[in-house]
Amino acid sequence: MIIKQLSVFLENRAGRLTELTGILADNDINISAFSIADTTDFGILRVITGKPELAETVLKENGFAVKITDVIGMIMPNKPGSLHKALQILTDNGISIEYMYAFASGDGQATAVIRTDTPQKAIEVLQLHKMELLKAGDVYQV
Amino acid sequence: MIWNEHHECMGRDQLASLQGERLRQMVERIYFNVPFYRNKLQEMGIEPGDIRTVEDLQKLPFTTKQDLRDNYPFGLFAVPQQDIVRFHASSGTTGKSTVVGYTHNDILMWSEVVARSLTMAGVTKHDIIQVAYGYGLFTGGLGLHYGAEKVGASVIPISGGNTKKQLQLLEDFGSTAIACTPSYAAYLGEAIMEEKLDRSKIKLKAGIFGAEPWTEEMRSQIQQLLGIKAYDIYGLSEVIGPGVSMECGFQHGMHVFEDHFIPEIINPETGEVLPYGELGELVFTTVTKEALPLLRYRTRDLTRLHVERCDCGRTMVRMEKCVGRSDDMLIIRGVNVFPSQVESVLLEMSETKPHYLLVVDRHNNLDTLEIQVEVEDQFFSDEVKELEGLRKRISGNLTSILGLHASVRLVEPGTIERSQGKAQRVVDKRKLN
Repeated sequence: MIIKQLSVFLENRAGRLTELTGILADNDINISAFSIADTTDFGILRVITGKPELAETVLKENGFAVKITDVIGMIMPNKPGSLHKALQILTDNGISIEYMYAFASGDGQATAVIRTDTPQKAIEVLQLHKMELLKAGDVYQV
Repeated sequence: MIWNEHHECMGRDQLASLQGERLRQMVERIYFNVPFYRNKLQEMGIEPGDIRTVEDLQKLPFTTKQDLRDNYPFGLFAVPQQDIVRFHASSGTTGKSTVVGYTHNDILMWSEVVARSLTMAGVTKHDIIQVAYGYGLFTGGLGLHYGAEKVGASVIPISGGNTKKQLQLLEDFGSTAIACTPSYAAYLGEAIMEEKLDRSKIKLKAGIFGAEPWTEEMRSQIQQLLGIKAYDIYGLSEVIGPGVSMECGFQHGMHVFEDHFIPEIINPETGEVLPYGELGELVFTTVTKEALPLLRYRTRDLTRLHVERCDCGRTMVRMEKCVGRSDDMLIIRGVNVFPSQVESVLLEMSETKPHYLLVVDRHNNLDTLEIQVEVEDQFFSDEVKELEGLRKRISGNLTSILGLHASVRLVEPGTIERSQGKAQRVVDKRKLN
């Protein structure tokens, strides 16, 4: 249930993101989900790709600071209140979220990628409440 | 106006014999009171009796900033602690400052040379002087303060910063003179424009500016903004502080108070003494100082000395504005900064590697220091708060070691050029020369 997300340090510099996407494209690596946290000076790109180990290697070879971070993916109905319900479960169990990003797909479902300090515990409580989670196997094709 | 005509206008021969006598006494004092110097002189086979005239100075060994560091804090002092009445300190390269001490007589001598300096700028007891140099371990504030009291001026010890208050007192007290760093003077000038102060209420006529390098362009800018005549003062805490040399009204270089500080210009590579007019490293011997007498102290400042008599009537040699340094020291907002200080901070922190670049710039006439540090793979966190925390820790450590605020920018690994031969560690965008 743990998903390997790539985190990449990016300077705020014109064209830098394009260089990165170019490297992934050249290596035939698909991007499934993607978000950027930005500050005045730098950004942190968080990306879920196919072949995460290969992605890490090629980005490092090209001089990026890259790190693999464990996240979880939660599948919810694309309906009012469903994100709230999931977050309430995490809150009730004392799990705090470092960051998350979410997107809805066309088939009436939405997916949230969640980073917490205690991913294993988050998985357990969400499963206990019958929440659907992305599996590592199919996740890279989200 | 000349504060001490007897000394400042002394014939060169008479001056040389005064220097010779004072040098002889100084060598005797350090030989008997400072083990560091006694050992050095004994190694060179020199005894106090061998030094009789100022020409003998060339036989004596140099002193460097490293010697001060090695003997931190009081190892080079020539008097016991009960005779010290004041300490000052400047930032050092490895976190340790360079400590200087003063006896009561040293403070009197310092006040005397600053009084001479202020008189050159036309400051008298009829003036109100705003001392906007920092007060504290830095020599600027208290150095100017005591000299200004000595001439009898009314001193406003406002210290540095607090621009609003500075402007308010300029107006309300009618300050006629100001002493601060040239960059702060320009900043104040611009603040006056922005605040649209009533220029008729500003009575300033002279500014005494030093502690950092500045250009003739800055001088014109400050003179125009503040409506004053801007004077250049030079000094370094190891020698005494501000008041080692000062420009007179003719502004043909800064007169060195040679009866107290004997200047030499040397070839920084060989140590050979160069004739007047040649460019080299400035060296001072402090012949009257009691607490911390320094023999041929290498300032690392590059300049020239001119001995031709000045139109003001003073006979003391004039030194040009320093054109650079013979080491890699930077002077940022009056604070000495060595790139090696940054390196030592980064090396001490386990989270960083010493790949860094110092970017010095000047915004709104204030020097800024940005330090770029590469983010290493193993320390890269994907959480903004962690990286921001790292940035703040580096910045905090640097600020406390350097003694001035340094902003830190995290950059991608490998983006700072690796050293090939002499590493490019500094980009100075201030365009001073």
